[in-house]
Amino acid sequence: MATLRIDKLNKSYGDAAILRDIDLSISEGEFVVLVGPSGCGKSTLLRMIAGLDGVTSGDIFIGERRVNNLEPSQRKIAMVFQSYALYPHMNVKKNMTFGLKFAGLAQPEMDRRVAEAARMLQLGPLLERRPRDLSGGQRQRVAIGRAIVREPDVFLFDEPLSNLDAALRVSTRVEIAKLHRLLGATMVYVTHDQIEAMTLADRIVVMNHGRVAQSGKPLDLYYDPANLFVAGFIGSPAMNFFKAKVDKKGAATVTLSGDGLPPFDLAAAAFAPPPGAPVTIGVRPEHLIADAPGQFRIGGAVELVERLGETSYAHVRVAEGVTLIAEMRGRDAPKAGDSIILGAPDRDLHLFDERGERIAIG
Amino acid sequence: MTRSRITRLGVHAVLFAYVLLAILPILLVVMNSFKSHDAIFGAPLALPNADTFSLIGYQKVLAKSHAVTYFLNSMIVTLGSMFLVLLFGAMAAWALTEYKFRGSTLLALFLSIGIMVPIRLGSVAIVAMMRQSGLNDTLTALVLVYVAQGLPMAIFILSEFIEQIPKDLRDAARCDGVPETRIFFEVIAPLLRPAIATVAVFTMVPVWNDLWFPLLLTSSDSTHTITLGVQQFLGQYTTDWNSVLSALSLAILPVVVIYVIFSRQLISGLTAGAVK
Repeated sequence: MATLRIDKLNKSYGDAAILRDIDLSISEGEFVVLVGPSGCGKSTLLRMIAGLDGVTSGDIFIGERRVNNLEPSQRKIAMVFQSYALYPHMNVKKNMTFGLKFAGLAQPEMDRRVAEAARMLQLGPLLERRPRDLSGGQRQRVAIGRAIVREPDVFLFDEPLSNLDAALRVSTRVEIAKLHRLLGATMVYVTHDQIEAMTLADRIVVMNHGRVAQSGKPLDLYYDPANLFVAGFIGSPAMNFFKAKVDKKGAATVTLSGDGLPPFDLAAAAFAPPPGAPVTIGVRPEHLIADAPGQFRIGGAVELVERLGETSYAHVRVAEGVTLIAEMRGRDAPKAGDSIILGAPDRDLHLFDERGERIAIG
Repeated sequence: MTRSRITRLGVHAVLFAYVLLAILPILLVVMNSFKSHDAIFGAPLALPNADTFSLIGYQKVLAKSHAVTYFLNSMIVTLGSMFLVLLFGAMAAWALTEYKFRGSTLLALFLSIGIMVPIRLGSVAIVAMMRQSGLNDTLTALVLVYVAQGLPMAIFILSEFIEQIPKDLRDAARCDGVPETRIFFEVIAPLLRPAIATVAVFTMVPVWNDLWFPLLLTSSDSTHTITLGVQQFLGQYTTDWNSVLSALSLAILPVVVIYVIFSRQLISGLTAGAVK
């Protein structure tokens, strides 16, 4: 177990900057999930921590050691790959011990570690099998087992569940969460799946275009996104956004209006943008409710209702080219063609300025 | 009859015709090697029967000539160059696909020239070189030439296969602390088996069959290969057809044996990547 500290880390290939000034400090035993759209640099960051990709500038510390120039094997990390990357011609046991041989471990110690990992991951009956005789979920458990036997300071996961089917993904996710509690190890986990991120993470680091867009506890990111990108990325279905502008500003209130949105007052003492400034209003589908308290109200026609059983998503057209999604209980949903008025309490409204940064309401 | 069935019949007819075309001369050689001298000329297309059956050719080849030495020489040269081509070819292919170093592209390009330009164009220079280095009339000279001849294609084919091995695998091995040479020999090489079988056959057959370089580079009985040795029975005035056909029939055997050994691997090698 160890801390992991990343200082002003940059990575570029020729002129293309992949990562820009990443600062990240991970404490001992923390489970950090790096999440972002493909191409945001999250996998590159993980590979740089592992030592598989070189550092352009900046520093990586594992514990107190600066590891920039160390080989992957000297960094005391273990990585689990999306493709499992099991050695196809070795059985499960050999897969797990192959690396240990080179670490100079004695046979009894290797056996002890394999037995321990096999117990944790229920791999006992599979030890003599080849990877091709295993199911996807079993292969992934072997890959995790191979990481465990190294007894690393830091576990690195590169989208480990992406190749599994939906049901297996849920159960393996739970396994990983349990494993983290059991081992108490520092873990860095890359995914593009925000449900994995929300459920597993102590802390989520949302990345976009090679930068950290926001880092924080899952629910903080959900309820308090720092910018338009994080607001849109976290949550499914995504947050509704629509353009509005500042009509006028009072001492402690501000009046906003937009396409299909009649002017409404919002208590906002700290509101900075001047009258006339464009803003983006964001509101999550589950916060849009018919007959809500508060000043924010918007009416439209229901175009489509997706019924998932427990919940239904109503797609409501409020203006030309502006459609909102509202979440409703399964049976309460309106029918397509109905007119509906939706509202949301003030505290569930998110405002963003022209640059996409959150506007403090105060 | 459905359309697909007609196409299938057509395809099989074409394939069958090709097989006949390819196998008939060989059949003729093997058949006649078991016949007496008169029968070979009397009825060349007839199967040997009780009257015409004779092993005289084999007796002459095995007892009264250096055929056994020739065979051994062919064996040594073929297996030696095959081994070296596979070893160096796989290592070079790995280095060229895995590591980007100064001039790696140039080196790959240089090697691809070796595929396009036949090595026989350099025969005169090769003979001169071998003479000067004192390797003339040795099996080493032959092995060296065949390794040079086989390497470019071997590297080309093996590189393609190495490209198909998931990159995660070597990354995983690196995280595991496996040294680079061991990654190659213990992770990559075992996965290259079908490709290695393919390259082995492609390397072996032309080497075994080659007449050109033994003719240029060997001059004594102790270094002749079987293909060159057979020429001894072809005289200017008389040709000992019994011996020629028997020696040729024997020369086919090792190739067939090695092909059978590798063929299962070979087929999976040829079709690998075609179907995901």
